[in-house]
Amino acid sequence: MYSKAEKACFFINNWLGVRSKFRILHHYYQRLMKILVCISSVPDTTSKISFSDNGTKLDNNGITWIIGPYDDYALARAVELKEASGNGSITVIHVGGAESEPVIRKALAIGADEAVRVDAHASDGFFVAAQIAAYAKDKNFDLVLMGRESIDYNSGIVHGLVAEHLGMTAISPVMKLEVNGSEAIMDREIEGGMETLSASFPLVLGCQEPIAEWKIPSMRGIMGARTKPLNVIPAVAASSGLSFKNYELPPPRTTCKMVADSQVAELVSLLKTEAKVI
Amino acid sequence: MSVLVFLEISEGSIKKSSIEALVYGHSLQLGDVHAMVAGNPSNLDEAAKFGAVKIHSISDSRFQNMDSVAYSEALSGLATQIGASVIVLAKSAFTDSLTARTSFIWDAAAATNVVSLPDSEFNIKRSIFTGKAFETVALSSERKIISVRKNAVAVTESPASGEVVSFQPSVSSKAFAIKTISTEKTSGEVLLSDAEIVVSGGRGLKGPENWGLISDMAKVLGAATGCSKPVSDLHWRPHHEHVGQTGIKVSPNLYFAIGISGAIQHVAGISSSKVIVAINKDADAPIFKVANYGIVGDAFEIVPKLTQALREAL
Ligand SMILES: Cc1cc2nc3c(=O)[nH]c(=O)nc-3n(C[C@H](O)[C@H](O)[C@H](O)COP(=O)(O)OP(=O)(O)OC[C@H]3O[C@@H](n4cnc5c(N)ncnc54)[C@H](O)[C@@H]3O)c2cc1C
Repeated sequence: MYSKAEKACFFINNWLGVRSKFRILHHYYQRLMKILVCISSVPDTTSKISFSDNGTKLDNNGITWIIGPYDDYALARAVELKEASGNGSITVIHVGGAESEPVIRKALAIGADEAVRVDAHASDGFFVAAQIAAYAKDKNFDLVLMGRESIDYNSGIVHGLVAEHLGMTAISPVMKLEVNGSEAIMDREIEGGMETLSASFPLVLGCQEPIAEWKIPSMRGIMGARTKPLNVIPAVAASSGLSFKNYELPPPRTTCKMVADSQVAELVSLLKTEAKVI
Repeated sequence: MSVLVFLEISEGSIKKSSIEALVYGHSLQLGDVHAMVAGNPSNLDEAAKFGAVKIHSISDSRFQNMDSVAYSEALSGLATQIGASVIVLAKSAFTDSLTARTSFIWDAAAATNVVSLPDSEFNIKRSIFTGKAFETVALSSERKIISVRKNAVAVTESPASGEVVSFQPSVSSKAFAIKTISTEKTSGEVLLSDAEIVVSGGRGLKGPENWGLISDMAKVLGAATGCSKPVSDLHWRPHHEHVGQTGIKVSPNLYFAIGISGAIQHVAGISSSKVIVAINKDADAPIFKVANYGIVGDAFEIVPKLTQALREAL
């Protein structure tokens, strides 16, 4: 069938092919799990929001600051991916003042290897995205993960902006993330359902539950976090064309009108004639 | 000068929130209102009814894939072509990415979750802290993008010519890098985030087998169904029905909270509802602090009676 020379050729070709595939695989194995997780520091979800100085400042009294709940999901998934591969690194980045260091340390305790704090007031999503992109630009992250939105400004634009800055693909809100070689397989929530997608690394993802369960730091994690590197870097200039004017609270809701449990018809007529909503 | 409005399609028709964006765009009074739409929605005539002078329709079938790169290139390209000064969108999971990318390529300032029209200095009010507060910001750049919160605009008709023209956007090689493997959608039901009436159930309903109570009532009202977070965590209901801080934010005219305690994280997602009705067996449940109408009692007895009363009254 084939001459010896032909067989030798096949062999060499095959071998070269396998070797280069192995190289790519190896390359990915080495590279794949380089993850950047972007975290916001936000008032805990039970906080009562109020303002001082004529509605120009958030009143910090009684507020506990936490990792943004959506960012916390992203971080948890990053830790799982790293654990599953037994390889790679997780860097967390936060834009904010020194007062957010406890929140950053918590991210380190949960499992990030190192942290970066961009030393500036996070004025809006444009500014934050510019800082993240400036840091990530030449660092070859395979995944840039963050929450789908921060729960303070709820803009949901940071992932899209970071992706534009870096020329990467962005997907949000991602509720499932699996790694399959050079690709990510994801479930994205769409209104009234979800879709399963695939895309090649590198990717910027806005995450939400149930991508992972929130992780509670272990005692060992907390101890270890104290000595992990937390680098403080200066901000780059960025302007959004937005300027803050003031805050205000919504008007209080009216008191509740109670209807007896035997009077459901009464409720229906109130909804119809008084509230005029049906 | 003109305004460009992005119309999002769901299940073959223009979403209600996109019609609101159109009305908002018209109310800006900053020139002719143009609209961009992909696919061929069954209710395209609505666009003319609510103020679109020109509708730029994309027939390229690749746009069935909701790819934010392709859409942002199309939207910013069109905005430049027609000399728009403002782009208006209805905030949604998809338009978050679209707003971000478009603001970057089109070099525009973007305000999201907007609940008011701008004043003469383009100060605009937006909802922050998941409905717990508002912020006023000024947009100072020449080009502006406004992403409007759902149900923040009262819809009024203002008929315009609504000329439909074909639009063939040019997209870069970066577009369509995401492959769709499969899509799961509950069809034929009212979209939760767009709904005018929402009937939600909580852990008080005890189990998924009792959800007929919720869906029967929703059916009578033409309402969407929702739930609290533990209910979706327990897989009694799908995740996309979970309302609150970490779920869907709703702003319907009427919200029913049935067997829901009213934890602050749940309330964060419903606080911009016009009227809230609570049904709970615990008279001290915090939900009664935010509700407009309340019944203290057992949902298993009250809800069937209420559904019947509604059926008779409507
Ligand atoms: C960071 C964070 C984010 C969160 N995000 C969200 C969110 O987005 N959305 C959300 O909903 N929750 C959220 N939660 C959870 C939230 O704190 C509450 O645990 C949750 O809302 C409670 O759900 P529930 O009211 O259904 O259940 P429960 O608190 O268990 O309340 C059940 C209610 O049903 C009533 N009941 C029981 N039996 C009956 C009956 N037969 N008839 C009438 N009433 C009955 C009870 O009196 C009770 O009030 C979040 C929590 C955290 C920490």
